[in-house]
Amino acid sequence: MILAQAASSLFDWDWVGRNIDSIWRRTVEHLALTGVALVAGIVIASALAAVAIRKPRTYPTITAATGLLYTIPALAVFALVAPLVGIGTVTQRFITAEIALISYTLLILIRNIVTGVNGVPAGVREAAAGMGYSEGERIRQIELPLALPAVMAGIRIATVTVIGLVTVTSLLGLGGLGFFILDGLRRSIIFPTEIIVGVVLSVALAAALDIGLLGIGRVLTPWAREGDR
Amino acid sequence: MGFLSDLVSWFGEPGRWAGDDGILPRALEHLWLAALPMLIAVTVALPIAVWLGHRRIGGLAANAAANIGRAIPSFGLIILAAIFFARAGVSLRFWPAAVALLALAIPPIYTNAYTAIVTVPRETVEAAKGMGFTDNEVLWGVEVPIGAPLIFAGIRISFIQVLATVPLAAVLSSGGGLGQYVVRGFAQGPGGRVEVFAGALLIAVLTLGADWLLSRGERWVLPEGRRPRSSEEIRAAASIS
Repeated sequence: MILAQAASSLFDWDWVGRNIDSIWRRTVEHLALTGVALVAGIVIASALAAVAIRKPRTYPTITAATGLLYTIPALAVFALVAPLVGIGTVTQRFITAEIALISYTLLILIRNIVTGVNGVPAGVREAAAGMGYSEGERIRQIELPLALPAVMAGIRIATVTVIGLVTVTSLLGLGGLGFFILDGLRRSIIFPTEIIVGVVLSVALAAALDIGLLGIGRVLTPWAREGDR
Repeated sequence: MGFLSDLVSWFGEPGRWAGDDGILPRALEHLWLAALPMLIAVTVALPIAVWLGHRRIGGLAANAAANIGRAIPSFGLIILAAIFFARAGVSLRFWPAAVALLALAIPPIYTNAYTAIVTVPRETVEAAKGMGFTDNEVLWGVEVPIGAPLIFAGIRISFIQVLATVPLAAVLSSGGGLGQYVVRGFAQGPGGRVEVFAGALLIAVLTLGADWLLSRGERWVLPEGRRPRSSEEIRAAASIS
């Protein structure tokens, strides 16, 4: 009894029990914001990477531009996009947040895709051509699978980065686990339990997705398991 | 009036640049809030990472530091720090952010410095030893110069991340450097959009300017022949490793 009281001053488990529905909803929101940014980021990065691979002269420009987006702080990107898109409706706020989140994934993803594809040995490429693979077949069946470990590494870094950034989107009133962080702070008396729940779940989500993606990468590239770190 | 003219007049308001809430004092606070944790992080983490790299122990710790550093939301970390400082009755303007930023600053510096030293080719180190280099000479004459670009990349990435996180501290208090304009503007709803945009512009300029200065600084610090070809190369090295 005394123990329980002492503990409750630091972390109020009852609050967690009472708010389990809302915790679940915020977690799903967090995952949705992350997922949309990643899928869109992968699509855009793949297109830009394809350009960079076909026309290597464009690569420095592409990395410089995406590097610029990567360097500008998240809060600043939210703020720069917000007045242009508007933050009146939920849809506008969602688009604002996603633009900022996507802009963060691009450099990491493009770098890893290009590095992965360019890392395919020339001999392998020539062998495929010699065996009668068309260019499309070669890219799909030879180069992309061989580039997959590097691509997956990029996706993992991008995922973990975005999950951390999504906590900031609560400033736009978009929910996610950052809602708890902000709400706990803005009560008349700071409420640590809520903040800790937000932070811990966000870290746990990042770790879970990181491990999950690591697992998917291993399953997809059984030949790379030897010697893979 | 239009958004652009509102923006221009925001920058021209009396006291906007040098006043208490002005751009210059806020920019200085922004830089100081980033510089102090950076100084501490470099002084503490760099020697440890270099020494452990030299001894080739603690590789797992370097890896874990990189992963944990990326996974912890900086926003949450600042606010968690605030809880403890609020309990201690300390003002929330400077210390919660400084402590959280210190924790954020360490992983990239540590991981990059450790990796820089460990990835120096074994043969090079053996060759130096064969030529009669002492242990200290191997470290300072071979490993540190060869690892210098990656070590510097870690410092640069770390500083940019810290600088990018400073604005979030504005949620806590009237501090947070230039972030104060953005957070205050957001709180005002649609009426605050000029201030939001102006603040974001200033933050972007400050961060990009600092990044550019660091890329210049590299040329002074790094030994000849070990300079990166472009700033993107350095950024990429740190974002991938």
